Amino acid sequence: MQKRYLIPIVYIIFLMLPIYWLLNMSFKTTNEILGGFTLYPHQFTLDNYATIFTDPSWYMGYVNSITYVAINTVLSVAVALPAAYAFSRYRFLGDKHLFFWLLSNRMAPPAVFVLPFLQLYSSVGLFDTHLAVALAHTLFNIPLAVWILEGFMSGVPKELDETAYVDGYSFWGFFLKIFVPTIAAGIGVAAFFCFMFSWVELLLAKNLTAVEAKPIAAAMTKTASTSGYELGLLAAAGVLTIVPGAFVIYFVRNYIAKGFALGRV
Amino acid sequence: MAKITLDNIRHSYYPNPQRDEDFALKRVALDWADGGAYALLGPSGCGKTTLLNLISGLLVPSEGRILFDGRDVSTASPEQRNIAQVFQFPVIYDTMTVYDNLAFPLRNRGVPEAEVDKRVREIAEMLELTATLRNRASGLTADGKQKISLGRGLVRADVNVIMFDEPLTVIDPHLKWQLRSKLKELHQKIRRTMIYVTHDQTEALTFADQVVVMNNGEVVQTGTPVELFERPMHTFVGHFIGSPGMNLLPCEVKDGKASVAGTVIQTVNAAAVKDAPGKLEIGVRPEFVSFAKTGLPVDIVKVADAGRFRIVETRGGGGSIKLLVKEGDAIPEGSAHLSFDPARTQIYRDGWMVGAAP
Amino acid sequence: MNKTVNQKAWFFVLPVFLMVAFNALIPLMTVVNYSVQESFGNNEFFWSGVGWFEQVLRSERFHAALLRQILFTSLVLLIQIPLGLVIALAMPRSGPWVSVCLVLMALPLLIPWNVVGAMWNIFALPDIGLLGKMINSLGIPYNYTRQPISAWFTTVLMDVWHWTSLVVLLCYAGLVSIPDAYYQAAKVDGAKPWAVFRYIQLPKLKHVLTIAILLRFMDSFMIYSEVVVLTGGGPGNSTTFLSIDLVKMAIGQFDLGPAAAMSIVYFLIILLASWLFFTLMMQDEGR
Repeated sequence: MQKRYLIPIVYIIFLMLPIYWLLNMSFKTTNEILGGFTLYPHQFTLDNYATIFTDPSWYMGYVNSITYVAINTVLSVAVALPAAYAFSRYRFLGDKHLFFWLLSNRMAPPAVFVLPFLQLYSSVGLFDTHLAVALAHTLFNIPLAVWILEGFMSGVPKELDETAYVDGYSFWGFFLKIFVPTIAAGIGVAAFFCFMFSWVELLLAKNLTAVEAKPIAAAMTKTASTSGYELGLLAAAGVLTIVPGAFVIYFVRNYIAKGFALGRV
Repeated sequence: MAKITLDNIRHSYYPNPQRDEDFALKRVALDWADGGAYALLGPSGCGKTTLLNLISGLLVPSEGRILFDGRDVSTASPEQRNIAQVFQFPVIYDTMTVYDNLAFPLRNRGVPEAEVDKRVREIAEMLELTATLRNRASGLTADGKQKISLGRGLVRADVNVIMFDEPLTVIDPHLKWQLRSKLKELHQKIRRTMIYVTHDQTEALTFADQVVVMNNGEVVQTGTPVELFERPMHTFVGHFIGSPGMNLLPCEVKDGKASVAGTVIQTVNAAAVKDAPGKLEIGVRPEFVSFAKTGLPVDIVKVADAGRFRIVETRGGGGSIKLLVKEGDAIPEGSAHLSFDPARTQIYRDGWMVGAAP
Repeated sequence: MNKTVNQKAWFFVLPVFLMVAFNALIPLMTVVNYSVQESFGNNEFFWSGVGWFEQVLRSERFHAALLRQILFTSLVLLIQIPLGLVIALAMPRSGPWVSVCLVLMALPLLIPWNVVGAMWNIFALPDIGLLGKMINSLGIPYNYTRQPISAWFTTVLMDVWHWTSLVVLLCYAGLVSIPDAYYQAAKVDGAKPWAVFRYIQLPKLKHVLTIAILLRFMDSFMIYSEVVVLTGGGPGNSTTFLSIDLVKMAIGQFDLGPAAAMSIVYFLIILLASWLFFTLMMQDEGR
């Protein structure tokens, strides 16, 4: 093993430490946590996890989060597909300006939008719904999806489209049966990033919801402030939020480097 | 400058090769004299790039040795072997000027600046790059960039061998012949050993004094372009070189005479054919086939116009036979007879020419 | 690609346009609205021109938050970009370990931001957190809830932990896309490792590094959840960055006018800086 491989190894160890600590805490009783400093649970307990899996005010948080993330991903990618196609194949009035305007929304601080979104979504009666968060997140995710998809689509030569038309396909027949499978990797990358940014963003998610669509983050904050400081429970909740992310990365592991390689994050 | 010897080289990209198929190079034993222009010719995947990289030191052979002037350099780095290599696509240092690109190998070796300047200008002159010396290398056209790649190889006075790995791949067709001639001219001038890898027979045959034809990890034949054309030792060489390639027909040999579908054909080596297992075939190039009053009966299938001559495709003797007919000469209709030039017709057993050492 | 002119393409773009406009234009109009009006409650608004803007741009509170933000973003960029690059350079270019490494490195990127804050909150606690305990046992008095220096140290460290992997992944992707022939040519030319980095790797990584710098700049300038959960903006104000200050003003204090004005200034700063960065880094490409 070359000596320089020590660098990524040390870095990965650094990355794993806080995660390990969280895991560590999640298996301890509150007494043990506050009682002293132990590197591993002396009184191993699954109580924290049991609470989360059985108490709706906890597990619904996960369900809600996954729900709005899924809605957002499907929505963003579905809407972005035709738009990306248009940007990749056609020139039309205002196309460059539209594209840049879309991208500029990625640069918008969520903090700027919290209050306006609150008012906007309340006024259309969507406050505290999964749809509200899903829609709010499209502000950043749609431009991202369009950008990524356009990049992949530009790599497919127009000749493919023309051949399909010559062969007698209607536009939608061509698009759904030929084009989409060709850029499947791109759709995967776009979906991955939409999932990622929607799953991790909490400022808007917390403020646009109250009870019904409350994400896991809200439940965690509640624990930290109201019922004292149940660190073990908090830790367990945290660990469980890492799990979906870990799954997703594992499934796309072969595409991670490739997808980034298009330079379109 | 050096004489290069490849001593029973076998190479595999796998850590533990077991069978023959695991080897990219099955067995290569070659000698290259000082200062010659050589071509490694073969289809994609035949092992020519592997061989090139073994000679340049970018790969270490799994088995066998590589000798430069008798010295074993099998494990020496490219730097230690003093070689230069030009790759398929231009490899230049984008951020540097053309001048600095050419100077780079010399500066890395600590050559004094005055000497560097002299050499760089000399090479730039040879390659017609003098006008662009102060420009950024990234601004040149593809052929200009390849010239820089080439220049970096030439600029070192002590280079043993210069290797080219399909260097004209990205060059525009109309510039290809220009660069090709330039390379040949360069070789005449500086007389350094040059090894040129390609799958294009025209490039190989026009550049090289000696061509090494490879297929499937083995050397099939080594010889001058003329030798390869007139005396292909293997049906592969016959088929790969020449356009269209050599005609092959199944044959039988009895009492020292070869016959195809009953018609006796005069060949160079029918007498040498011993009774032994193996598929026997007769090979003759279209250039050496002509219409005659007697001979192998065939049916005319197609006539294609190739400019100064026409390619006539016929069927007969158990296969398809092509022949070339000069523009203006008559072509019979329907069926005809073909005669083969006896001095240019050979018999092959399992692909190898009978009577020749494989 | 040869694009044909076709105005009907607008139909394809319409859904995207409508959705983003709904989410972007309407709220922005609201914000602009608030930023130029004043109200004394009772939903009565009247025009106040650039009053709020003047107030915000002169306010010490804003200056303080802006300075803290600039310092934070500078530290973050100065550490994460070189560090990410070094790690990417040190990684093997192929082999079975590569995907293991990449997966593990990507993990912090997919953790909800508040959980990142909560994780570090626990991790850095002076007596029961691993980090806190380690530092204190070295004799260094460390308590991020009391000392601004410790709070800054922890916040920056948390961000490095959180986002460096993004830089690593981007740089790594850029590195593996460099064809082998370049490294081979460098070997043949006798180039030392530093020359290989300077003349081959760095130029080819320019595009990727630009994206990394832009993204890290933007995202660190907008940082909110992680810091809020870790330090709450404190101790005192010491880690109150722009987003945190803004949310405090808008949701906490409901100061609509100043919050709106600040929002616009904030957004403009990011747009301007991003555009500057981008143009600066893309300067060479035009030549």
